[in-house]
Amino acid sequence: MICFQEVEYVYPSGIKALDRIDLEVGRGEVVAVMGENGAGKTTLLKHLNGLLKPTRGKVLIDGLDTREVTVAELARRVGLVFQNAEDMFFSGTVWEEVAFALKNFGYDEKIVKRRVEWALSFMELKEYAGSSPFLLSGGEKKRLALAIILAWAPEVIALDEPTTGQDQLQKEKLAQMIRLLREQRRTVIISTHDIEFVAQLKPRILLMKRGRIIADGDAEEILLDEKLLESCSLLLPQIASLTRSLSFLGIKPSLKHPREVAEELVNTLRERFAHSP
Amino acid sequence: MRGADRREAGGKAERASAIIEVKNLSFKYYGGSQYALKDVNLEVRQGEFIVLAGRSGCGKTTLLRCLNGLIPNFYEGYFSGRVLVDGMDTRETPPHTLSQIAGMVFQNPDNQLFALSVEADVAFPLENLGLPRDLILERVEWALKTLKIEDLRHRSPFELSGGQKQKVAIASVLAMKPKILLLDEPTSSLDPLSAKNLIESIIELNRQEKLTIIISEHRLELLLPHADRLIVMDRGEIVCDGPPREVLKEDILSYGVASPKVSEVARYVNSYNGCLRFEEIPLSVEEFVERVREAIG
Repeated sequence: MICFQEVEYVYPSGIKALDRIDLEVGRGEVVAVMGENGAGKTTLLKHLNGLLKPTRGKVLIDGLDTREVTVAELARRVGLVFQNAEDMFFSGTVWEEVAFALKNFGYDEKIVKRRVEWALSFMELKEYAGSSPFLLSGGEKKRLALAIILAWAPEVIALDEPTTGQDQLQKEKLAQMIRLLREQRRTVIISTHDIEFVAQLKPRILLMKRGRIIADGDAEEILLDEKLLESCSLLLPQIASLTRSLSFLGIKPSLKHPREVAEELVNTLRERFAHSP
Repeated sequence: MRGADRREAGGKAERASAIIEVKNLSFKYYGGSQYALKDVNLEVRQGEFIVLAGRSGCGKTTLLRCLNGLIPNFYEGYFSGRVLVDGMDTRETPPHTLSQIAGMVFQNPDNQLFALSVEADVAFPLENLGLPRDLILERVEWALKTLKIEDLRHRSPFELSGGQKQKVAIASVLAMKPKILLLDEPTSSLDPLSAKNLIESIIELNRQEKLTIIISEHRLELLLPHADRLIVMDRGEIVCDGPPREVLKEDILSYGVASPKVSEVARYVNSYNGCLRFEEIPLSVEEFVERVREAIG
């Protein structure tokens, strides 16, 4: 679905933000791009919808070379939610904001209405349908940006720091939304720092550093490697750190649910006490 | 326990040491459909470290805006009740006076930066106050150093990453040497290691400079081990207020707040009634492991 071939991107200022990126992401995959600020995560995302075009190499989306098609053509396939959600808004009401892209793509009015209502209620924004997008709180703006993408559901969905400003219930909702999109065979790429969120979602992880991809693997493999994470300004998820600190009891480092970790600990201690004199 | 002291406090001496007093505060934004704050009462003592949590839209940002006078001075709306900051009524004090007492760092650093260089951005509010040049340089130096961004001084704020920008925004507030630092989700755009460093700097500011800190955050694991109080808000009201260990006993997830994973594991362990019990809910991995080691002798 997505293919980067030896992609390099140099900003006009001369800063090389992407350096020899080779990447393939299949349809229905969920990928988290992680790494420190300035590692190139956002630049990578902006290559997906043609906002930026590689200064060297090429990016293919569903076989289309992003240098050869218009942004409008790519926009039907790729939806990108910016880090600052507000940058996307311009309509008078929340409802209009979600409906805009759908109307633009020429959908029937009934379909527009149904999709907008569904997306707003999924993102718990229905009560704000008539309000101005600019009056929403930071977290609500983010949810509105997600609702816009959700309503139009392009094949590739790129979310730049989607959990910023979201509370725990909203993050669980977001994880649910991503799983739903995966089931619909949508390709989801998120850039994020939210190590706890990623530990819960367990996607494929790309670690970036200074414009390069330095690791690519499963969450269970990458999120338990403290040295690798620290080299990218990331920390171990707290559950990984806890299970690691309990290794003196024979507990293995993991990204298990807190309930499972508690069970494992209680059982381990029970056995230990049963065998001690 | 500072939290317990606070609740028993009522005498005049105690009131004198409160740096923030909020009485029956309600606020509704002009054009908003409901009240953003409903009858909020809060007393903050000098030097306290307070973490503010709650769902997005629960009123955290609005409350912080009330504490440095942005509300009601810049945001129009219906305001009732009273907010005293360092003894000054926010309705009667000009914002530039309040901003020297209570410095605010916003969610989105872009709203705070505009100069051509980092140094100029940090110096701007000080120049505005008409401080002598030497003092400005000294303050700018100190602020940049405290946040470990000396190397960014000649860069343009607009070419920085989100996390670097946030550090510059904090430095420009710090340089004013306020008594109170209000931070609205300041780490949300930082990578975890930078977030940890930043929070450590904020903790240091609290410990060494005795700065009163009120910080709103969703991720609590880095903050709670050092916080005096955890305040949870829901739909414009304060629903929990106390020492973090006490507040974590409540069902704060229903208010959208995630407990640190260690606290969650400890609660599950307690529910099994096995050979291990946490009398006090641990706030960090270290506390958790120490308790386990005690239990196995």
